[in-house]
Amino acid sequence: MSYLSFESILYTGAIGLIVIGTLGMVMSSHLFRMVLALAIAEAGANLLMVLAGYRGEAVAPILGVYPAGTAMVDPVPQVLVLTAIVIGVGVQALAVSVLMRLYQSYGSLDVRVLRERFELDLSKAAGIGPPGSQEAPAGERPLPPPIPIAARRSELGVPVGGARAGESAP
Amino acid sequence: MRNIASLVFAAGLAFLLLVIASEIGFGTPKMLIGTGILAQAPDQVGAANIVTAVLLGYRGIDTLGELSILFAAASAAGLVLARRRDTGTAPRPADPPGGFILRTGADLLFPLLLVVGFYIIVHGHLTPGGGFQGGVILAAAFFVLVLARPAGGMNHTAIAWVEGLAGAAFIGIGLWALWDNGDFLRPLLGQGVLGELLSAGTLPLLSLAVGLKVGAELAGLMTLLAEHSAEPEASDR
Repeated sequence: MSYLSFESILYTGAIGLIVIGTLGMVMSSHLFRMVLALAIAEAGANLLMVLAGYRGEAVAPILGVYPAGTAMVDPVPQVLVLTAIVIGVGVQALAVSVLMRLYQSYGSLDVRVLRERFELDLSKAAGIGPPGSQEAPAGERPLPPPIPIAARRSELGVPVGGARAGESAP
Repeated sequence: MRNIASLVFAAGLAFLLLVIASEIGFGTPKMLIGTGILAQAPDQVGAANIVTAVLLGYRGIDTLGELSILFAAASAAGLVLARRRDTGTAPRPADPPGGFILRTGADLLFPLLLVVGFYIIVHGHLTPGGGFQGGVILAAAFFVLVLARPAGGMNHTAIAWVEGLAGAAFIGIGLWALWDNGDFLRPLLGQGVLGELLSAGTLPLLSLAVGLKVGAELAGLMTLLAEHSAEPEASDR
């Protein structure tokens, strides 16, 4: 693979698709772009698998077309890819349907916006104030003094309705 | 920081895959199973298309598993996009203006796609193609109609019946083989003459079952998505 040949170009193309898709999934913050990146990575993986079954000077694995004894390519990777493509479509449709529900409920597909709204909803459902931390205090300044662990343990028993802003659920 | 970590991760992945690919070597498959199947399939299965012989003969139970994955995805999507059935109180929305060419083109395309899809399914054991590919074309045929007339909708009950019967037929053929000679999904009915339409035993039947199931499932999935986006609900919350 150190030289630039036909096969290295093919392999680099397939692996490049996988890497581009992976990067897209990790680095984008929009959920639909993640689904598209997943589709790209899947195409690269399928291509790589078909390439693994390639054999030089060989024909498609169909009998009766070529004279008997002609070398044929490996059929097993083709079968795997064949089913993987259809299943990929099904999985993408499922992902898109989840995204549609998300967009209906939260009005956005951006991960950062979604995370904020999730946390708001979660804390609202749990009956506590908005989440906060030492870095981004949500309550009034100055910060309340830190609560000793023993006192915090005793607080676990009581209902959390009156929990102070600035500390999330224990 | 996160971007740098992602880049490093992607570079490592690329390096790993390149090294593996260079170790495999190009054009000389290392897998013995492919060579073995190529040597044995003409005598054992009788299907001209060895890919179909592997798909429905040697790996038939894997295909059943893949069908169940597809079924799980389709039912999960149906579950996610489910809505309360309002019994005809609201009038069905009218079709958006599409024009004569779109509607007539869809009507013309529908039977052609059906024929191509069934051709590919039925000839799956002879030519490139088979249940999965033909099923996708069948799904496309029904989806063309839905795209041209979004308000028309589709009969989901019929789709569910076709899907269920096709899946049951696949398992039924497998059980028949189990009862007949003790191997689940083993091809039955003899091999026939290589290259004829009625050959390779039960493989064409399995192919038909796979095609109908895949077609019904994908058509139902895509129609569900299209219907859902065509008539958004007022509010879910």
